[in-house]
Amino acid sequence: MDIRKAALHNLAEALKNKEFSSEELCREYLKQIDTRDHEIGAFLEIDRENMLNAAKASDARRAAGNILSDYDGLPIAVKDNIAVKGERCSCASKLLEPVKSPYDATAITGLKNQGFIPFGRLNMDEFAMGSSCENSAFKRTANPLDTTRVPGGSSGGSAACVAADFAPAALGSDTGGSIRQPAAFCGVVGVKPTYGRVSRYGLVAFASSLDQIGPLCNDAIDAGIILDAISGVDAHDSTTLPNAVDNYTAAAWEGSKSGSLAGLKFGLPKEYFASGMDAGVAKVMDESIAKVKSLGGEIVDVSLPHTKYAVAVYYIIATAEASANLARFDGIRYGARKDANGLVDTYYKSRGAGFGDEVKRRILLGTYVLSSGYYDAYYLRAQRVRTLIRKDFENAFTKCDLLLTPVTPGVAFKFNEKSDPLQMYLSDIYTIALNLSGHCGISIPAGIDSATGMPVAAQIMAPALGEAKMLNAAAAFMR
Amino acid sequence: MESAVDIKYVADLARLDLSAEQAEKIQGELGRIVDYIAELAEVDVSGVEPTAHAAQLTNVWREDAAKPSFPRSEMLANAPGIIHEELIKVPRVLPSEEE
Repeated sequence: MDIRKAALHNLAEALKNKEFSSEELCREYLKQIDTRDHEIGAFLEIDRENMLNAAKASDARRAAGNILSDYDGLPIAVKDNIAVKGERCSCASKLLEPVKSPYDATAITGLKNQGFIPFGRLNMDEFAMGSSCENSAFKRTANPLDTTRVPGGSSGGSAACVAADFAPAALGSDTGGSIRQPAAFCGVVGVKPTYGRVSRYGLVAFASSLDQIGPLCNDAIDAGIILDAISGVDAHDSTTLPNAVDNYTAAAWEGSKSGSLAGLKFGLPKEYFASGMDAGVAKVMDESIAKVKSLGGEIVDVSLPHTKYAVAVYYIIATAEASANLARFDGIRYGARKDANGLVDTYYKSRGAGFGDEVKRRILLGTYVLSSGYYDAYYLRAQRVRTLIRKDFENAFTKCDLLLTPVTPGVAFKFNEKSDPLQMYLSDIYTIALNLSGHCGISIPAGIDSATGMPVAAQIMAPALGEAKMLNAAAAFMR
Repeated sequence: MESAVDIKYVADLARLDLSAEQAEKIQGELGRIVDYIAELAEVDVSGVEPTAHAAQLTNVWREDAAKPSFPRSEMLANAPGIIHEELIKVPRVLPSEEE
């Protein structure tokens, strides 16, 4: 059995042909984890017995001819901020270290309904705040392609897990690029769905108006398979969209078979290509543009004029929402409490001891921009500029079907290379506007940076609910 | 220029205990970030409605009907202290004067 870069759809075929059982497959992944995770550090924890029991149950269903879907018995690893009943859910934070989920996130229920086996707790930046996984309270995760480099973040464990063949796919969450950037750094595929496409129920909230759960995997077809399982309206999340879930898997298969981009207009936002990206990234983007043309796609120039304000808008809105969302973690109802003299002091001490530096920094920035006298100047103004950013995208999508952009200005950086928080924030420039606008995007491996040998990704963005078109194009591009 | 953020005041609003070194470090970092985000002042936002979230939905209704919920004991299992099996134990509300 060869699990290297194994796609879900190929593994499903092998299960169907009885080349191996789900239990054998899961044991193979666990063996790979035992061999290599000590140097990678993708997982915080794995409940092996639970995983293997689920695999045995799947094998029994298959033997009885009762499979829940073609994908019954395939393992998918889970970021530590997504609830899986009975498993720990710490968000890589000391404050939530003791917490176990009393229920499944809706995305997890969607996977289980198809027989997928969600397993493991993947490392991340604490509360999904970071771009390198260096903000985890528990461990460092290394990039499997060069262990002196970061895997990206905040879904760094998810990307490293797929890149190191610890699982064929993983779930992550994307608030400002937290799926697409680590996918780019580790050379895997990552999707941020349209806001409201996937329920946030059971995802620990960071910035509620920006957060989306999405897949990290080996190809665009697998992204479609997972999106088909986790998308849709949910009574537990009133921001989920009522629109029917298109057959994303079929759309991706079609692109993969045709290998054609004929009839599709790709917009290049001039602000994304103006300056700021490293030479290795620029070269791969040039090659990607040439590839789109060679596959029959048309290239058009578009403009997203408010791009330069996206980082400022994002760090106001995301931190404001985070300061409100994280107010509930006060040591009373969940997690670790530091007893102190009186109730109020217990809040101070529990939060002071439980949160790491980056989380504190963002709570304080968010509290500041919401505080009396600053609300209008920062928060309300940021919400207005957010409208302008959204309109930029809507205008651009009247001139083209999809946008083609870089994901990151450079390749995966080395540990401790970016110590200034503002410099770290500025590197999110190509991913965060999409969370503000609510549209969808996919990061796909597009080439190698010759100076470092590290992967470079291209991003394809689509209008709201344009996942089918986006996956179709991504699959054609990747064929 | 570095904006002066009153870190003590903001940390009090957020009920966040900071060491003296932490407060000083974060104050400097926040000052630089606040300088950066101040660039939004140059954008003309007159007549622009704010966007609160990207899903363009309003008034999502559901039946006002009672449904079974989770068992109380399971939902309370993550609390750091439980008494009488269904109450969260909290420290005394007012600080003790003896300490």
